[in-house]
Amino acid sequence: MTAVSTRLVRLLNMVPYFQANPKITYAKAASDLGVTEKQLRDDLNQLWLCGLPGYGPGDLIDFEFSGDTIEVTFSAGIDHPLRLTSPEATGVLVALRALADVPGMVDPAAARSAIAKIESAAGTLGHGTEAVDEPAPIESDAAAAVRAGVRDGRALAIEYYAASHDMLSSRVVDPIRVVLVADNSYVEAWCRTAEGVRLFRFDRIVDARVLDEPSSPPQPAVQAGPDTSLFDADPSLPSAKLLIDRSASWMFDYYPLREVRQLPDGTLEAEMTYASDDWMARFVLGFGSAVRVLAPESLVARVRESAAAALSAYAAAG
Amino acid sequence: MATDTRLSRVAISKVERLMNLVIALLSTRTFITADRIRATVYGYSDSGTDEAFSRMFERDKNELRDLGIPLETGRVSQTDPTEGYRINRDAYALPAVELTADEAAAVAVATRLWESPELITATQGALLKLRAAGVDVDAPHADVAITSTASLPGLRGSEEVLGILLSAIDSGRTVQFPHRPSRSEPYTTRTVDPWGVVTDRGRWYLVGHDRDRDATRTFRLSRIGADMTAIGPPGAVRPPDGVNLREIVDRAVGDWPTSGQARVWVADGRATALRRRATVVGPRTLGGRAGEEITLEIGMLDRLSREIASYGPDAVALEPEPLREDVLSRLRAHAGQTDGVRAGVEK
Repeated sequence: MTAVSTRLVRLLNMVPYFQANPKITYAKAASDLGVTEKQLRDDLNQLWLCGLPGYGPGDLIDFEFSGDTIEVTFSAGIDHPLRLTSPEATGVLVALRALADVPGMVDPAAARSAIAKIESAAGTLGHGTEAVDEPAPIESDAAAAVRAGVRDGRALAIEYYAASHDMLSSRVVDPIRVVLVADNSYVEAWCRTAEGVRLFRFDRIVDARVLDEPSSPPQPAVQAGPDTSLFDADPSLPSAKLLIDRSASWMFDYYPLREVRQLPDGTLEAEMTYASDDWMARFVLGFGSAVRVLAPESLVARVRESAAAALSAYAAAG
Repeated sequence: MATDTRLSRVAISKVERLMNLVIALLSTRTFITADRIRATVYGYSDSGTDEAFSRMFERDKNELRDLGIPLETGRVSQTDPTEGYRINRDAYALPAVELTADEAAAVAVATRLWESPELITATQGALLKLRAAGVDVDAPHADVAITSTASLPGLRGSEEVLGILLSAIDSGRTVQFPHRPSRSEPYTTRTVDPWGVVTDRGRWYLVGHDRDRDATRTFRLSRIGADMTAIGPPGAVRPPDGVNLREIVDRAVGDWPTSGQARVWVADGRATALRRRATVVGPRTLGGRAGEEITLEIGMLDRLSREIASYGPDAVALEPEPLREDVLSRLRAHAGQTDGVRAGVEK
């Protein structure tokens, strides 16, 4: 779109926006309309010059400015926003559909009904995205309870599976917010057991119950924001160098692997940041011959020892 | 404000002329002629010669149509066959949209996840219109944080392709793109009539008609190379009536689970994730360690083997034999008891 058409669309939508939001402040209007306050003033000055043929005092778009608020007093018939274009509707609908699958981010039923309403308003049924009647993804009871805890500011009792230690534990946590990091959703919460802020991955929260007490994480913890160093290749965390067989190259779609180079036979050399030796050794072990550790040496040894111990167990089992 | 200053101006901007045109054409129920527009709509009267006016008016009409503004043409009246113009109000206006707080919150979060300029522009445009329709899409969402590494799950590196694809689907155009069945194989060029994009548990798929293979095909977005181009005329592609894209994806990528139960020994307090979906058979001490035998659905054999192997000495696959063998071969590869597939690689 050209600058003129972008502005034209904005001006056309601005009049019904002011009708829908009477006595809105400049600051809020500028933020909603995605412009600076200076641009907003320019736009208002422009709108005020437009109107119905005749262009007399009663024909031009009119506003009432009082203090720092704006109200439209004559709309010249532009009483509705423009219909959504197909790309606009698609951009929203595709994002909603994808997000409805991610636990904890939104209420899946609400996402589904929002999709239906926007589709119907846009009249884009059958365009681009899947249009058949889909049921809302089923939200687990645990995810629903955690979402409710975050929304209503209540403490939660959770059963959490810690993959890093292969342990299921019960904790009472004070939820702070839901965080989307890379491809997974987490609840960031003050863990009363660990006395620290932790990220709990939604798909590993086995059970959750909203407690009858408010969520009260210590303020400094809330302000610090989530620790996502594991996902940002934090140099202070250990990094493993792996060789990945071409048959397992799908791993790149699922794990935070960084490809270093491809060897002539198709094998991929990659790096992966990890936090727990225990978890990383198990991760590698499960893939068998498809993944091999090159470094660090401690991890190489750990994997080898664990495999040898396992083989002894098999021998004992007969 | 003194309206006279508004009326005594000389210069008029293009955006103002277009605004006045839209307002005039929205306000009329009957079709009005180009001549009347020239005479009455502010911005056209000083357009110069007839030819200059025609050129200007033609461009303006196209500009409005490009924005999706439904400009209609028709006879001025029963008796006058001259062609006139108006804007169809019903087709112009976004119908009333009322979203609940939860629905609006979902929209607010979803629309913050795009990273490519085209999709950001498109969703911002949609949000502006929804706000203008009175929808509060700024429901407080301090509850949800999105970190710098986050985008829509499963879309890492594919968003540009998705943007091109969605606009090709919107305009009904064939697409051409490099595709490889896996990361280690070379790209080949595919030519596809795209029908739609389906997401399934964090994976993104293009469904369409593969022109070279003359068959319905599903392509995972992460397997599509960066330079996708739309080819062919708009409107050439139409999904077949009643096609169910999700069903096609399910058939193409469906995991085929192995039926039956696996019997596994697990050490006490370990392999928690396995226990969570298992039934306990009874206690058993193995190699001097306390534990118990459990049974669980095999599901995907490969996935279960990987999971059991990952627990090392804490979980031992007992039955069925193919599962046991698969786990053992994984363990042997790491215990150094076999050459493995890659013994020659390491220097």
